[in-house]
Amino acid sequence: MIDACDRCLRRAFLVAHLAPRIAGLLDHRPPRIAGLLALPDDAFVAAVAGDDRDDARAFLDGFEVDWAREALESFRVVTLCRHADEYPAPVHELADPPAVLFGLGSIEALRALRKDPAVTVVGSRRASAYGTEVAYALGRGLGAAGVPVVSGLAVGIDGTAHRGCLDGSGVTIAVLACGPDVVYPRRHKRLHELIRAEGIVLSELPPGTRPFRWSFPARNRIMAALARMTVVVEAAEPSGSLITADFARDLGRAVAAVPGRVTSSIARGTNGLLKDGAAPVTGTQDVLDELYGVGVRRAPPIADDRPEPAEPRQRAVLEAAERFASIDAIARELNLTASNVRAALGRLEAEGWLVRRDLGGWERTAT
Amino acid sequence: MLAAVATFALEGVRSHEVTAEVDVRSGIAIFTLVGLPDRAVRESRERVRAALLNSGLDFPKKRLTVNLAPAHVRKAGPSFDLAIAVGVLAASGQVPSDALRDCALCGELSLSGELRPVRGALAAALGARDAGYRRLLVPAPNGPEAALVEGVEVYGIPTLARLADVLHGRWTPEAALPAVPNAAEGVGGGPDLADVRGQEDAKRALEIAAAGGHNVLMIGPPGAGKTMLARRLPGILPPPTFEEALEVTQVHSAAGVGSGRLVTERPFRAPHHTISAQGLVGGGARPMPGEITLAHRGVLFLDELPEFGRAAVDALRQPLEEGRVEIMRGQRTLEFPANATVVAACNRCPCARPPDNCTCTALELGRYLRRLSGPLLDRIDLVCQVESVPAVQLVGEDDGGRVRTSSAGVRDRVIAARERQRARLSGTGALCNGDLDARLTRRQVPLNSVLRARLLGARGTATLSGRAHDRILRVARTIGDLAGRERVTPTDLDEALSYRLHGWEAIAA
Repeated sequence: MIDACDRCLRRAFLVAHLAPRIAGLLDHRPPRIAGLLALPDDAFVAAVAGDDRDDARAFLDGFEVDWAREALESFRVVTLCRHADEYPAPVHELADPPAVLFGLGSIEALRALRKDPAVTVVGSRRASAYGTEVAYALGRGLGAAGVPVVSGLAVGIDGTAHRGCLDGSGVTIAVLACGPDVVYPRRHKRLHELIRAEGIVLSELPPGTRPFRWSFPARNRIMAALARMTVVVEAAEPSGSLITADFARDLGRAVAAVPGRVTSSIARGTNGLLKDGAAPVTGTQDVLDELYGVGVRRAPPIADDRPEPAEPRQRAVLEAAERFASIDAIARELNLTASNVRAALGRLEAEGWLVRRDLGGWERTAT
Repeated sequence: MLAAVATFALEGVRSHEVTAEVDVRSGIAIFTLVGLPDRAVRESRERVRAALLNSGLDFPKKRLTVNLAPAHVRKAGPSFDLAIAVGVLAASGQVPSDALRDCALCGELSLSGELRPVRGALAAALGARDAGYRRLLVPAPNGPEAALVEGVEVYGIPTLARLADVLHGRWTPEAALPAVPNAAEGVGGGPDLADVRGQEDAKRALEIAAAGGHNVLMIGPPGAGKTMLARRLPGILPPPTFEEALEVTQVHSAAGVGSGRLVTERPFRAPHHTISAQGLVGGGARPMPGEITLAHRGVLFLDELPEFGRAAVDALRQPLEEGRVEIMRGQRTLEFPANATVVAACNRCPCARPPDNCTCTALELGRYLRRLSGPLLDRIDLVCQVESVPAVQLVGEDDGGRVRTSSAGVRDRVIAARERQRARLSGTGALCNGDLDARLTRRQVPLNSVLRARLLGARGTATLSGRAHDRILRVARTIGDLAGRERVTPTDLDEALSYRLHGWEAIAA
């Protein structure tokens, strides 16, 4: 569906037209959009276009709105300008709300935001097995509780949170730093399809626009604005996830973080947020308490079809695997042979009690 | 007058028969050599002339024509010298032609008339035996090696003059003694597993690899002991049989890296990661065996596997599937044996720092791991994480009160497990579980309902390929064989499941 006025459409395509120039201005500075997108058209052109000023004006004047509408219609792009009724209300609170949001998927996902406030779950692209487990469990729990989950389709935490939400039969919204039809990262082609089917993929950039370095922090402001609360699962310092948290804080929205190991560099950002007063999140219930007030809404129990490890040896190995990083160490601790420990670990991994970290050791799976 | 002398030329690691035909007749004194000789063969005219004259023999001042038959095959190397020289002697009536009838010879000549050793004497002896020659005359240093072949009398000859004596019947040399090391210095050499402290898990993985002939990938930080462990794999493999030892000796002799004696230990080759595809699997204008062939019946260790060139790793596909390398040269196909156990090693990530300080991005990690994937990973049955051993354990006197595993003890278990496999697999063409293809795996490791449920119900196995399933089943079968079990138990399968490649498959895919 298309509900966008001429001015806003023109503006959205102007941003895309000048995107490479913005890249020239911003990509070598700290990646902040610095109010650039809040400027009115003329001032925006003056600030960004430089020598190409006339060309940009000619683009604006020559822009054929009807042709754009037709094209967007034929590709079934949900197109909402900031004057449209369906434009998500919380995004208006931004100082520089996107003129137009382009979406691929179902508009119902945006309507769901009116009923239940959304939660943005973001984190590192290079997540640990621990972070991945927590992001998945959070996504699934929130999805099952009917809370829309917003994230950025990136590899690592973002993608896992989307996936968890889909598995919990929830509504999930992906906000991209490129046109909504451009799959970035490419690895998430399948996930992109799934979200289009079950939720919506949003962007302020028109279809076909490639991602720029500046468009990632720009996208982060939309993610922060869409949700009432932003949960950072795992983040190094500095990182894009912390930028999202900054936007959320500027908007007066709640910021929460998942505690990580103090020795781990990819938890430095989240632990820093906690020190600065972010709410600690240890599970879905914590998020629901923060959103609705303590005890108002209960996280629906997730059916756990795993049988308890029956054998005492497996239970012992399960417990030891959390403390030791190598099979030898576990074997030594429990006075077993390496072969015994291998067999127990093989079973525990097969039944989903443990996952192996890419960099060694094991992580107990979150229920 | 005309004379014909049989010799054997090395081609790959085998030899083929070449007849040196020599024609001597009156005319202008020239020496023509035909039959597609290369430079080294053409130069043999000068060596033959000088060697004959310096040995007190006569070089006929006549028109000499030498043909190396079959004339359409390229001839290379100096090993034709002796046959040409003897052909000249016979054609000029200096030695009786009758003496050459059931006799083959090969060797390089020095200008003084001394016989120099050649590469591939063992291959020549095998060729001579198969062609039905009764006697083989080789340079004295090659004697013991060539004598390893039974069914042909091998004589080591020091000089051309002495060779003339033999052909005249003036001297009967003693048959060369085969270069079999005596039992005392035989097996048991090489580094011992007992030298490695800790690493019980990696030792277990090596034991399974040795017992089933499985290829292994060891993942761990630098300095954890991956190379040290890999070096100990040949020592826990069963000692080579005489036939296997002969194959290895033949390969090493053909490549010119042999000691001239029977190889009694399984080879261990560790090429650097800058090696080319040709260096790894063999090739070249004159095809030479590559590292995988030099590791035949032994261990090929690929340290820093992701650093190897894509082409080099891809070239390993055929040898790992078929245990041999085929090289096409013109109309001929050469075959090198290449049946080696591959041990590969890599770091956990490109920066190789401890996990908490790792600075690799998802992109870098993915790129690093993607280099692992492909044909080689498909043939690796066991993936084993190797962790650094805590310093306390390294310097401690005892090993936590445990008895350290020694190579001899492990090898005994390996031999027993291999014996069981051989009995079970007789008639299938496979010798060990690592050789099983998809069809044989299904037949040899039947799944009852319990095992099937365990395998298919395992988390993460739903997306596994058929090959990955087969890998797990093969390893489970070997674990059962090590324990002396008729059937694979659920516990064996659990242990096999833990040797899967974890998490990475998703990233690398």
